Amino acid sequence: MTLLQLDDVSVTYRTADGPVPAVRGVSLDLEAGSTLGVAGESGSGKSTVAATVLRLNPASSTVTGRVLLDGEDVLKMSFGQLRAVRWAEASIVFQGALHSLNPLQKIGRQVAEPVLLHGQADTRRGAEAMARELLGQVGLPPRLASSYPHQLSGGQKQRVMIAMALACGPRLIIADEPTTALDVMVQAQVLDLLTGLVRDLGVGLVVISHDLSVLGTTCDRLAVMYAGRVVEEGPSADVLARARHPYTRALSAAYPTIGDPAARFSPRGLPGDPPWPGDLPAGCPFHPRCPEAVDVCRTEDVRLRLAAPGHQAACVHVAAEVAT
Amino acid sequence: MSARAVRRARRRAALGRFWASFRRERAGLVGLAVLAVFVLLALTAPLLFSPDQLKVTEATGDVLAPPTAGFPLGTDESGRSVLALVVWGTRVSLLVGVAATVISMAIGTFVGISSGHYRGVPGSVLERLTDWFLVIPFLPLAIALATVLGSSLLNVIVVIGVTSWPGTARLVRAQTLSVEARPYLERARVLGGGHWHQMSRHVLPNVMPLVLANTTLTVAIAILSETTLSFLGLGDPFRVSWGSMLDSAFSTGAISAGAWWYLLPPGLCVVAVVLAFTLVGRAMENVLDPRER
Amino acid sequence: MTLAPADVAPQEPSAAARSGRGRGGLASYAGRRLLSGVGTMFFVLVFNFFLFRLLPGDPIALYTRGRNMDRDQLRELRRNLNQPIGTQFIDYLRNPFSSGVDSTQFSRPVWDVIGDYVWPTVVLLSTATVLSAVIGIAIGIRGGWKRGSTFDRTSTGITLTLYAMPEFWLGMVLLILFSTGIGPFPGIFPSGGTITPGLDPWSLKGILDQLWHLALPAATLTLAYLAEYALVMRSSLVDETRQDYLVTARAKGLMDKLVRRRHAVPNALLPTITLVFLNIGFVVSGAITVETVFSWPGLGLLSYEAIRGPDVPLLQAIFLLFSLAVVVANIVADVVVAAVDPRVRT
Repeated sequence: MTLLQLDDVSVTYRTADGPVPAVRGVSLDLEAGSTLGVAGESGSGKSTVAATVLRLNPASSTVTGRVLLDGEDVLKMSFGQLRAVRWAEASIVFQGALHSLNPLQKIGRQVAEPVLLHGQADTRRGAEAMARELLGQVGLPPRLASSYPHQLSGGQKQRVMIAMALACGPRLIIADEPTTALDVMVQAQVLDLLTGLVRDLGVGLVVISHDLSVLGTTCDRLAVMYAGRVVEEGPSADVLARARHPYTRALSAAYPTIGDPAARFSPRGLPGDPPWPGDLPAGCPFHPRCPEAVDVCRTEDVRLRLAAPGHQAACVHVAAEVAT
Repeated sequence: MSARAVRRARRRAALGRFWASFRRERAGLVGLAVLAVFVLLALTAPLLFSPDQLKVTEATGDVLAPPTAGFPLGTDESGRSVLALVVWGTRVSLLVGVAATVISMAIGTFVGISSGHYRGVPGSVLERLTDWFLVIPFLPLAIALATVLGSSLLNVIVVIGVTSWPGTARLVRAQTLSVEARPYLERARVLGGGHWHQMSRHVLPNVMPLVLANTTLTVAIAILSETTLSFLGLGDPFRVSWGSMLDSAFSTGAISAGAWWYLLPPGLCVVAVVLAFTLVGRAMENVLDPRER
Repeated sequence: MTLAPADVAPQEPSAAARSGRGRGGLASYAGRRLLSGVGTMFFVLVFNFFLFRLLPGDPIALYTRGRNMDRDQLRELRRNLNQPIGTQFIDYLRNPFSSGVDSTQFSRPVWDVIGDYVWPTVVLLSTATVLSAVIGIAIGIRGGWKRGSTFDRTSTGITLTLYAMPEFWLGMVLLILFSTGIGPFPGIFPSGGTITPGLDPWSLKGILDQLWHLALPAATLTLAYLAEYALVMRSSLVDETRQDYLVTARAKGLMDKLVRRRHAVPNALLPTITLVFLNIGFVVSGAITVETVFSWPGLGLLSYEAIRGPDVPLLQAIFLLFSLAVVVANIVADVVVAAVDPRVRT
């Protein structure tokens, strides 16, 4: 059975200036033991998608669609069921380098908290012992358990977040920007850690990032989001090397290939900025910045179309329609 | 356009934007309206009630009489109209509140910017001084000063101004430090801007908005302080203020006599004005630092 | 799949060294804070000295204003004040608490007089501080967690209004409503003093009687102070609700109540704790006026009487006492925060 299935999920925020559609009709699949990367710039809605899997959206938002975790719809669960599912079935690795850890509590206690909560250990002592073990699994010295967050470096905090995410043995892990704000060397270590988890424990992994190079190396499949929609989706090697959507092409072209003389001269980057979700242009949301826009792009929005086996893109230049 | 004209146009545009945002703060607008009413009362007091009504010798009403048609808020212990006293009292309270705040803001801003700007010994001496002054509790200090200086309107203003500058100084210092960390200040320094130029042209305009928001809150506290000092008998003995009315009410036994009309109006006026200033101040803070949405 | 520890070592800050020194860190921080507090206390002493001597006017007139002092006292005073300021200062430093000096009003040593009036103030202020902190913080937490709710909007309105009230006026209003009693309000509380004369203060009846006398003044100060605590707690909790670690806590499956209690509130309490102690300055001011209104025989009332004199030696001593109390409160505030917040200790 598919581990995670998002089915036409939309998330709208209520703001003082009116409703803002952060996510519009996103559908994604993930099998156990595989990795899905979700790429996009800020404002594309990718972090909102992550939050939606565990129903962590703010109270002022409306969520529609289905989020099936092992066949059960998270959006329809009671609070009790939801709290049980959170962390035990699926967990999120937040950006630890920021303020995702309580500054007043010791690390060990914070990692032990879900362990106790979900009954993986019965006593405080047992939970803290498990916490130290988890820290060891992510390559941190167990004595760090008695330190406070401000005493750790960014890389260490990110590993703590990973250890914490593993605490209850979840089947699905979502890593939201796991490498942002980290040095390149540390980035590599964190990514190795995550892919190792998939290999050894058979968990499903969703990695969210604005950094295509990160996603290209770690993920089996890749989905690119723009203005709240998935605009391209397929095997990551395919999506990067043979991108069918102009946005994806521009994104991957923005990362130069060192040693390739042709890359030094090709134009890079896109003019303009991603649209503000509350103020989307008519037709295809990408058309104002698209080098291949034609007349119909201004009036008609495009849904995902099959470009090659297992590879879809939402562009009018892709020939076939997706059979729904 | 000349540089000055550009600056002025930009300031006017900023002011317009500020007012547009402020208009959306309902509580702030209510506060502003209340303040307008009181300012109007203060300005028109002589027209509404002749100064003779304040003279004990010219009092025509009964002593401590409840409200009647002729005396809508009753009379005080000398037979004067409480309504007349309250309206005239507006002048002293507003005047002292604003004047003391001006002094306090002037000293506080100067000390705050200087202590934030000058590194090394002068800066830290000023910082220490501010912290030390903050430690000294307000009322005992005010009492001490007022006792020594004597009771007059000017002295009350001076006492309150001199005792409340440290709060402003601390706030201004924190703002100065954050402004000075910005890169364009470094550019100004490299281009040869002297201390005075940096402080007045760059730091001050950036610090002013938050300082102004703080000013309204300082006025609120200054009015409360004036009321307290007058209540304790340290205000100007020749002028009627809300605090002095409460002092008279207290010492002439209005409480045990049940003379609520003497007790409630001055206090309610203080609450109204202080609350109005506080609402305006909070609204200004919301507009300038819109995190609390 | 573990990473070799060698991969980890280069980035480690001296977490080991620091985590070991946790306890010692607090004691050394407290020590450092006490030392700087001594500096502040010295400043207060110096300030206290010069305040009454360097201000305009004839110092003799200041000391004797409105009072008739006998010849000997006047002569003694004039001799003291005619000495060069340096000598006076040294004398002062040797005996900063002027333990031998007599109050001009009571003709007894100043500190004797103060000793008689201290206890009622301590009782009143500690009751009011504890009650106002507990109630104010509770209101602030509830309002801040459910921002915009009916409770929040009502409580913010009420606390803002309380904040705008002169505390002595509130006291007078409570007196007129519940002591004198007008209209439908019952006049059941006493109008002043700590105890009905003639009762044994340690008997059950005496204790109840004292509580009955304490009720209105304590209520006045409690209402006056809780406003600020509620407002600060609320705004600090609202700031806290934006923090990322709360999302982490919720994602772990914690109930809303636990997220609030275990994670948000402890962090949000930090600025409030500081404020409770720093507020001692205003607590003191409140005591002066409220004790006057309720004829509560404490230091506040004593100050009021001293102003009427003016009884300068007494005022000087009270001023010193209040200032030192605030200095101590500030030090305690910093140490308490350091005990709770590990980031301050390093």
